[in-house]
Amino acid sequence: MMKQATASQIRVVTLKINDRDVTAREDETILQVARENGIRIPSLCYVEGLSVWGACRLCMVEFAGDHRLVAACSTRAAEGMEVLTHTDRLRRYRRMIVELLFAERNHVCAVCVSNGRCELQNLATECGVDHVRVPYRTAVYHVDASHDWFRVDHNRCVLCTRCVRVCDEIEGAHTWDLMGRGMNCQVITDLHKPWGESKSCTGCGKCVQLCPTGALVRHGTSAGEMERDADFLPYLSRMRHAE
Amino acid sequence: MSTPRRRITMATTWLDGCSGCHMSLLDIDERLVALARDVDIVYSPLVDAKQLPDSVDVGLIEGSVSTEEDLHKARLFRQHCRFLISLGDCAVCGNVPGMRNFFPLDAVLDRAYRENVQRNPQVPTEGVPRLLELVQPVHGVVDVDLFVPGCPPPADAIWHVLSELIAGRTPDPLQVTRFGK
Repeated sequence: MMKQATASQIRVVTLKINDRDVTAREDETILQVARENGIRIPSLCYVEGLSVWGACRLCMVEFAGDHRLVAACSTRAAEGMEVLTHTDRLRRYRRMIVELLFAERNHVCAVCVSNGRCELQNLATECGVDHVRVPYRTAVYHVDASHDWFRVDHNRCVLCTRCVRVCDEIEGAHTWDLMGRGMNCQVITDLHKPWGESKSCTGCGKCVQLCPTGALVRHGTSAGEMERDADFLPYLSRMRHAE
Repeated sequence: MSTPRRRITMATTWLDGCSGCHMSLLDIDERLVALARDVDIVYSPLVDAKQLPDSVDVGLIEGSVSTEEDLHKARLFRQHCRFLISLGDCAVCGNVPGMRNFFPLDAVLDRAYRENVQRNPQVPTEGVPRLLELVQPVHGVVDVDLFVPGCPPPADAIWHVLSELIAGRTPDPLQVTRFGK
C-alpha cells in the first residue's frame, strides 16, 4: 500500500481527467482520483486496501501531448496533469490485453463456477471483446482440491496476485506466493505443497473472496454458483494500517 | 400502397454445438411472426431445404469447427453468405467442444470409444466425419462479420441483432449478451 502522508503535510493538487477539472490529495494515485470522481478506468490486479502490484496493465492511461503510457494504479496525481483514460490507442491495448488473458489459459465462461460474477468476463464486455483474435494456447494446468474447504484451479488464474497480497498483508500468513516465470508462472501455497497440506494457511478464505475469476473457489460450487464478498477488506485494511 | 421491401434471405447451420442457439432463436416466440414478414429462411436445420442457395444475405453459424464436415460447411457458408454471423460461444470461442483441445485427439477418442465401452471397442470411421486435431472457433477458419457470444445468446439478444440488421443498422451484440450468458 502506498504510504499516505500525515494530515498536516497533505497538499491538494489540481489536474484534468478527460478534460474535466478534478482535485486530489498529492498522495493519491490517478486511479483513486478517477474512482472518487466517478470516472471508470478498467483494472484487474488493483484492489483498494492492498499494496499496488501494477501487473495487469489494464488501467494504463496517457497524458495529453505525451506518448508514454503509465499505469493509473501506480502513478501519483500531480499538479497540472492532463490525463486521458479512453483514447483509441488505450481501448485497443486494453482489448488486446483481455484477449491475451482469455487465450492464455482455460476461460470457458459457460461452465465456470464464477459465470455471471467474474471480473474477467465483465472486462471482456467492457473492453469490447466479442471474440479472441489470437489462437488459444490450450496448455493444461492442474487443479488442487486438497484443501478442506477451498480449491484452486490454475487454469482460471490470471496471476493478479490478489491472493498473495491479501494473505501476506491482511491475514499475515503469507501462504500464497508466485513460482516460475512467463507462461510457467503460477501461484503456489507454502513451498509448492498441496494447499491441503499447508502449515501456514489459516483457512480464513480471504484469498477466495478476492479472486476475480474462478481460480479460487469454495468446494461444492457448480457453474455460476460461486458468490464472493470482499466487503471485509476496506475495514481490515484500515485497522492493519492504523498508526 | 408502397412497394414491399425485398425480403432478406437467411441461412442457419449448426456445427459442433448443442443446438441450444437455434432453440434460443425459436425462443423469440411471437416475434417469429414479425421475423417471417421480413426474412426468408432459405436453408436451416429448422426448414426442409437441403441445398444452400448460391447467394444468401445473412448466414448464422452455431457451433465450433470440430470435424472435416464442419470445416466444409463453414467455408460453404462464407462463400455463399454476404454477411456471416458467429452465433453463440461455441462458434465464437470454441466453448465446451473446444475443451477437448486440452488433450491429444487420440486420447479423446480412446476415452470415448475404447476405455468406456464394454463390447467391441473401436473408433467409428464410416458414416461420420473425421475429427480435426484442433477444435476452432468459426473465425479460426473463415472471416466472420459479426460475433454474438452467449451460451446460448438470450432470445432477446438474437432478436435485437436480427431486427437491427433488418433495419439496415449494424448491431452491437455486447450491449445485450456476453460470454457464458
